[in-house]
Amino acid sequence: MKEFGYRRVKHVQEALALTANDTGARYLGGGTNLVDLMKDEIEAPSQLVDVRFLPLSGVREAPDGGLAIGATTSNSDAAAHPEVRRRYPALSQAVLAGASGQLRNMATVGGNLLQRTRCAYFADPSEPCNKRLPGSGCPALPGEHHNHAIFDWSRHCVATHPSDMAVALAAFDAVVHYETLDGPAEIPLSEFYLPVGDTPHRETALPPGALITAVSLPKSAACPRSRYRKVRERASYAFATVSVAAALELHDGLVGRVGIALGGVASRPWRARVAEAALHGEPFTGAGLRDAAEAELAAAKPLRDNGYKVTLARNLIVAVLTELAER
Amino acid sequence: MNAPADVITDAVGTSRPRLEGPEKVSGRARYAADHPMHDLAFGVVVTSPVARGRIRDIDASAVLTMPGVLGVLDHRNAPRLDPQASGFFGPDGSMQLLQSDSIPHAGRAVALVVAQTPHEAQAAADALAVTCDAHPHDTTFTADHPAGRAALTVLGEDANVGDVDAELASSPVVVDERYFTPEEHCSAMEPHAATAWWDGGRLQAFDSNQGAFDVARTLASLFSLELDQVRVRSEHVGGGFGSKGLLGPQLILATMGSMAFGRPVRVTLTRRQVFLMIGMRPATEQRVRLGADTDGSLRAIDHQAAFEISPLAEWVENCPEGSKVLYATRAIRTRITAVPLDLTPPGPMRGPGLTPGSFALESAMDELAERLGIDPLELRLRNEPAVGPVSGLPYGSRNLAACLREGARRFGWHSRDPRPRRRREGHLLVGTGLAATAFGSSAFPSTASITAETDGSYTVRIAASDIGTGSRTALVAIAAEALRVGTERIRIRIADSDLGPAWSASGSRGTPSWAWAINEAATRLREQPHDPTRPVTVTVDTAELFTGRFVREVHAYSAIFAEVTVDPATGEVRTRRLLGMFAIGRVVNPLLARSQVIGGMIMGLGMALHEEGVRDPVSGRQVNADFAGYHIPAHADVPDIEADFVPEYEPDEPSGVKGAGEIGTVGTAAAIANAVWHATGLRHRVLPIRLDRVVEEMA
Amino acid sequence: MNDDGRSDISLRVNDVTHGLNVDNRTTLLDALRDALDLTGSKKGCDRGQCGACTVLLDGRRVVSCLTLAVAAEGTEITTVEGLAPDGELRPLQRAFIQLDGFQCGYCTSGQLCSAVGMLAEHAAGWPSAATVDVSADASAQELDAVEVRERMSGNLCRCGAYPSIVRAVLETADQQAVTR
Repeated sequence: MKEFGYRRVKHVQEALALTANDTGARYLGGGTNLVDLMKDEIEAPSQLVDVRFLPLSGVREAPDGGLAIGATTSNSDAAAHPEVRRRYPALSQAVLAGASGQLRNMATVGGNLLQRTRCAYFADPSEPCNKRLPGSGCPALPGEHHNHAIFDWSRHCVATHPSDMAVALAAFDAVVHYETLDGPAEIPLSEFYLPVGDTPHRETALPPGALITAVSLPKSAACPRSRYRKVRERASYAFATVSVAAALELHDGLVGRVGIALGGVASRPWRARVAEAALHGEPFTGAGLRDAAEAELAAAKPLRDNGYKVTLARNLIVAVLTELAER
Repeated sequence: MNAPADVITDAVGTSRPRLEGPEKVSGRARYAADHPMHDLAFGVVVTSPVARGRIRDIDASAVLTMPGVLGVLDHRNAPRLDPQASGFFGPDGSMQLLQSDSIPHAGRAVALVVAQTPHEAQAAADALAVTCDAHPHDTTFTADHPAGRAALTVLGEDANVGDVDAELASSPVVVDERYFTPEEHCSAMEPHAATAWWDGGRLQAFDSNQGAFDVARTLASLFSLELDQVRVRSEHVGGGFGSKGLLGPQLILATMGSMAFGRPVRVTLTRRQVFLMIGMRPATEQRVRLGADTDGSLRAIDHQAAFEISPLAEWVENCPEGSKVLYATRAIRTRITAVPLDLTPPGPMRGPGLTPGSFALESAMDELAERLGIDPLELRLRNEPAVGPVSGLPYGSRNLAACLREGARRFGWHSRDPRPRRRREGHLLVGTGLAATAFGSSAFPSTASITAETDGSYTVRIAASDIGTGSRTALVAIAAEALRVGTERIRIRIADSDLGPAWSASGSRGTPSWAWAINEAATRLREQPHDPTRPVTVTVDTAELFTGRFVREVHAYSAIFAEVTVDPATGEVRTRRLLGMFAIGRVVNPLLARSQVIGGMIMGLGMALHEEGVRDPVSGRQVNADFAGYHIPAHADVPDIEADFVPEYEPDEPSGVKGAGEIGTVGTAAAIANAVWHATGLRHRVLPIRLDRVVEEMA
Repeated sequence: MNDDGRSDISLRVNDVTHGLNVDNRTTLLDALRDALDLTGSKKGCDRGQCGACTVLLDGRRVVSCLTLAVAAEGTEITTVEGLAPDGELRPLQRAFIQLDGFQCGYCTSGQLCSAVGMLAEHAAGWPSAATVDVSADASAQELDAVEVRERMSGNLCRCGAYPSIVRAVLETADQQAVTR
């Protein structure tokens, strides 16, 4: 680990000023991913600006009738909040499916969005990796990629995004709020993560030095009939192989609002818009659902050793939406 | 149950909690890296990123000016080691650290950086400039690899009984299948750690190992010291499972550091280094051919196994061991091929050989039962041998049939529909399977001292190890019985090489071996005249009694039953029930023995469903060298598990006991794989049964 | 207090305040083990992947290997050594001994601290990934073996003491429910 300075801040402006004056500074939330990566010098900040004592914690009602979750709210508190559980149950389930009780107590909502891929080559400094060392190559493409992307990868990077929470946020049309020295701003989660292209090291649309302050969930997306289902190589305490977050409204057998997002299949939560469009406004039938899932996965480009994820994602979409419809 | 007629205590056979329990639940038990020490320095290991090659240069100049750095050891300045120092099977190159510029495998130690604090040592290790020339390497194991050659036969000659080819040709039903198991890692929770220092002319160490005496002897030999110049202690050890059976790199390097810098040095491997540097269970490929008559009588077993090895050190993954003793048959042939590759030398992992071998044999038996239309339980009972089918020796206590019958009764086996893919619960498929196992048991020489103190208490000293096995607690019971006193009058000291030669906690031979020495010492002490005025000590080394001849086939046995659910839409396999019935001789402490065999079954569960060391095809290095990538079972993977023992007393073994350390692991993978077949109708001959191998296209 | 790479901090551990000058890189785990000689917390992986270093910060379980010591200042830290401060083991510890909830003991400190935190989380009504209906009031839901296994899954045990640990936790939970 490289040496670094440590500052605890009480005001957002103080935090922004510190990072503006030191481009090597990084915000410290729970540290569950950042400190881990610092140990192998994959991250080497000059300074850690500890933002956990900013007044950004807690879940509150948003002006539009939705919910806003403060960026420094712990994953545990977000998942346990009664209104999150009542109105956006898939979000609670997604957070609870991630990591362990200890790590959820530490990790913040803002930090969860910014966690880096768990690709083993990224985590091993003695390997090349375009995300870690741009231009060095992607050993996962010819190598071990059993648990890598099937959508939207490039020859520069085939890694997946590890967050469970972000998958549910994608299905609920969440918005990320942040602050810079220019003032507050926001960006839809659907535009928060950048496509891989030839710049896999550029992961989010956040401007340099920006501090995430909250994530908001629109009222319109509130859906008690929602579910997160995660499949992984161990029953708990493992990253997703494929996961699905889905919210479904049915009116007299017709599909109303439907939100579906997949985890473990791309460098970002994969919003299944093709499947959603196929389902929306139509009568809910098993055949229609299978066709919708099929249509979504038609665009998948599996790697040499992860074609099973296409099958798994298709099956999961069908299983989760069927379960929701039968409630 | 038969026990010696003159036993007057209930010491053996009674459940008692662990003696060290209060220390372990309050954080007071000190493991190898936990001892505070004056003037302690810290060594961090730098390892090779390449799988084969040569060190071109190590430039320590920048590192030597870093804060706190005491120095850097590499092949140019490290103390010289004796190349003849022996590991499990002769000279062992895995111990020849920092002796040459040659790099034989990825993760090989190339330097040790020593500094005042752990941070300073780590920062300097990260900054050390090591330049390596990479040479072409081969880390891809296949059974028909051209470098393959016959394995050593030190663990037993190949079996050549009867005419296997003729019997197979005339068998109406034949199974001929290949089975694959990957590299697996012991993954004890405590990473290998050692603290070494010099006390006068004496090398002292706290080390994480499975046998303090064996480690001390090897350490002395490696550094060309006299045995009495070396003392190794390992009071508490955070698990071993085979991986701490040898002198480990942590102690070799800590010793070098203490010699070079003249102060105590602690070396703790990182978790990644444990994966890369410590011997794993080698990958295996096995071909099993079984021939049988239509009534289920076996005519032939042909078990051919190949495993990977390193040119640095001999190893035998003795996969066909069980095929030589489990079933009666007219013809048996076993062959073992070792394939040298550019790997960390493989080593023992819980039930070496037998565990992957059991997966192959017991899967094949299940396939045979399926093709014969005979219940898998019945098939095994029909092939109970009268004498060892290879050795011709009579069996000692053999209660495999009792394990199978009692296990089946408790498990509810008899209501099973033998047809696969018949049982559904909602969207889940449900199946059950079983496996039978045998695990050889014997006692090896050890030294025990017992002192009759003047207050009526006794002190037992033996260099036994407690790696989670409960040895202290079990040996106190053994000693109490042998001395005819209550356990409260026994004190025990273990895990110190100064206590003399002793077998290590390995091969499931720990308790029988130590019990033998304690029994002999107790017997002789009881023959001594009692003296209330001064302590009387008797020391016995059972090497003087050891013949090395075995006149009977003595094995522990088990029957494992598993029930799994399979979600065909996701490929998720969950073990819902697991039951083991064991015949392990007399059970010294049922509470602890049950824990041990259940723990073994859980390791087998991991082997069946999760565990797999994955190598990058280009670099040859293990990709998943951490607990996020190498999945050992977590709480949520493990159901409540039932394990119990059939009453047994093994007259050929000290105190009537057989080993219990490994047999739990052995049969479990096959039982689960057979249950997955029963649930889905699909055979899994490749471990682990990952979800991508199970997930089905849904109509 | 802070210069570029070091900080003067005070850590309150098991009701005792310790003044320390630490390298900012020092994890809480290393501070406990190396500076305070509280070696009950174990370093099984140093990467948040095993749970052997679990301690309680203000009553909440965390992994101390990914917690920086400087970031833990101002919290009440409880380690395994603080679970029985006056030497008298608490019921959970006694249940671990009686039911044999450990073998080698290396993961035990983490399992114990994790279980203490987990029981408090359940008592506070937090759901888990094993909770069938997260929208329901979870405090009303009984803690069963499935819930305990899921909630304790951040604590690996290679000896395979899991079934006994689950029994010990459930037995303790029952006692707490009776006395509550």
